[in-house]
Amino acid sequence: MRNPQLNDAGELTHLLSTDGLPREVITQILDTASSFLEISTRDVKKVPLLRGKSVFNLFFENSTRTRTTFEIAAKRLSADVINLDVSRSSTAKGETLLDTIDNLVAMHADMFVVRHASSGAPYLIAEHLQRVGRDDVHVVNAGDGRHAHPTQGLLDMFTIRHYKQDFSQLTVAIVGDILHSRVARSDLHALAALGTGEVRAVGPQTLLPSALDKMGVRVCHDLATGLRDADVIIMLRLQNERMNGALLPSAREYFHCYGLTPAMLALAKPDAIVMHPGPMNRGVEIDSEVADGPQAVILPQVTFGIAVRMAVMSILAGN
Amino acid sequence: MRTQIINGRLIDPKNGVDGTLDLFIADGRIAAIGTPPPGFVAERTIDAAGGIVCPGLVDLSTRLSGIETELAAAVAGGVTSLACPPDTNPPLDEPGLVDRLVRRSAALGLARVYPIGALTQQLGGERLAEMHSLARAGCIGFSQAKKPVQDRLVLLRAMQYAATFGYAIRLQPQDYQLAADGVAHDGEVASRLGLAGIPVCAETVAVSSSLELARATGVRLHLARLSSAAGIALVRAAQASGDKVSCDVSIHHLHLTEADIGFFDSSARFDPPLRASSDREALRAAVADGVAAISSDHTPVDEDGKQLPFAEADPGATGLELLLPLTLRWANETATPLPTALARITSDPAAILGISAGALAVGDAADICIFDPEARWQVSADALFSRGKNTPFLNQELAGRVRTTLVGGRVVFGA
Repeated sequence: MRNPQLNDAGELTHLLSTDGLPREVITQILDTASSFLEISTRDVKKVPLLRGKSVFNLFFENSTRTRTTFEIAAKRLSADVINLDVSRSSTAKGETLLDTIDNLVAMHADMFVVRHASSGAPYLIAEHLQRVGRDDVHVVNAGDGRHAHPTQGLLDMFTIRHYKQDFSQLTVAIVGDILHSRVARSDLHALAALGTGEVRAVGPQTLLPSALDKMGVRVCHDLATGLRDADVIIMLRLQNERMNGALLPSAREYFHCYGLTPAMLALAKPDAIVMHPGPMNRGVEIDSEVADGPQAVILPQVTFGIAVRMAVMSILAGN
Repeated sequence: MRTQIINGRLIDPKNGVDGTLDLFIADGRIAAIGTPPPGFVAERTIDAAGGIVCPGLVDLSTRLSGIETELAAAVAGGVTSLACPPDTNPPLDEPGLVDRLVRRSAALGLARVYPIGALTQQLGGERLAEMHSLARAGCIGFSQAKKPVQDRLVLLRAMQYAATFGYAIRLQPQDYQLAADGVAHDGEVASRLGLAGIPVCAETVAVSSSLELARATGVRLHLARLSSAAGIALVRAAQASGDKVSCDVSIHHLHLTEADIGFFDSSARFDPPLRASSDREALRAAVADGVAAISSDHTPVDEDGKQLPFAEADPGATGLELLLPLTLRWANETATPLPTALARITSDPAAILGISAGALAVGDAADICIFDPEARWQVSADALFSRGKNTPFLNQELAGRVRTTLVGGRVVFGA
């Protein structure tokens, strides 16, 4: 089965998932992002790589923060950015997803940045573009259902590489609601592709997908076991609607069992870094003292995120 | 019209017939096998040389989205009798609707349609449908199709009522609460793709409770479309202990697994979901052993219903015209003898439905399928008669092509 995000030469034509992304492609994106990092510190924060190109931010699900990071990245590459809040316009009038795409292609879109509540929606768009012979239009998945958020996964890899370098020597613990997390899935695949020494998934059974062990992950239900001697800790956001119900009894009990406190953090390696995709729930999954502490790299993640998204868009536009 | 079918290999699984035998048809029925009856003069001769002559196929579950096209698809696939589940629009809970379906299908003179009536009014799972009146109108059993009976007491009462009159009940065993908003097998692929999972226990819990209620009421129970090794093991054990329970496996579950979802391929979205390869092996073994029959689970879905993100796409695929080739493929892959394989799509489903079909003894209706087991054809939108063009087997080459189909001695497909 052909991986729909790679062309016949093995080059990236869409970024749909970190699943099946070859190590060389990931490394290429991270190296390119490194070169873009400096641009954001200049007085004139622009390069002309996407000049004349139209990037459509197609958000079928609201997310101001993610949309903004893509918008900044595209603008720093000199692209024209069009933001469409599709959740409130065409689909509400009964237009299908692919009708919307056809219309925007007719407006000469060069790239779609897609956020959708349904897992796999960006694949549907990419396959449709191929079917109608528009391989020159690229799709970037900005989060689809529980499936993937590949730019977040890649910026997490960028962050780890920035602080830790050699993945083969690392123990990475991902803690929290992995079942519903597209970030966790993107991290798991990217970590595997980069040859990470040990990857642990930590959480109660209700928040872990089945068959995780088949993805090369060590499953830990006990936070202390999961954090012991870890080099990297990735905390996941717990959605409000999952805090009180059949998945978890309460936010308080969750924090008690799985919250990252200074005492728990002390079990990891002394130089361990703490990551979080944001936005954080202080006092639910992470203690403020840890979130604001010296080991947290949560704000650098945001900065790196712009560079990684610039890298992805420039590579896609070049292929 | 007197017809003879000559030179073919006649396989009648129910009666243990397998040999090069000619078939003689008069007045719509089998008049003789092997040698013509005295004074028989054929008005029509069908040369079946190189082909297999078998009873017309019997399908346990065919959704008729458009009655003309789908019954044409049925006979093109060699299917001469089929059961139609009650989740039509509107559902088959009124004798008048059943009567109309029976009349309309009979007028077409293609495959014979056997309606399955709604077990509860509007399939709502609350008030019993008028089973006796529906049976008089032509229903051969009762089911909820894919709709749950939420209240187990209602299900118990429905079974008691059906058992009163000796009606059979069919259930698709899937606990709707455990299945919740799941769209794929709760396993490796769903975990990787971030699709909401349907655990195997959604099936086993429903199978167990259905079996218990059937035991308590003595109703004849058919469990439609098993998907898991654990589910089929429960049915196998129940049959071994003497329970009156039957089950079937769809052609899709006989061949495909969760891995066929690939990158969100909505043509592989089924209800129940495609499961792991170990489940598929258990389903194949159960079909080989006769624990389960095979169904087409024919569900035409138009293009708009599939051109959607996986979870939003309609489940199901076209199946009538693939029933025979996919049964042959399974038999070929597992070295199952042809008569055994054909039993699973002729005499076994006929026995489950309690209808007189799926056999070719003297006096039986001349519902016949003549096919070439080696002829290969490509599954394509153009090749399919059904309105449903969606199937995970699209563009694949399959062996087994129907040459001629007869219903009541009349040629209704081919020549």
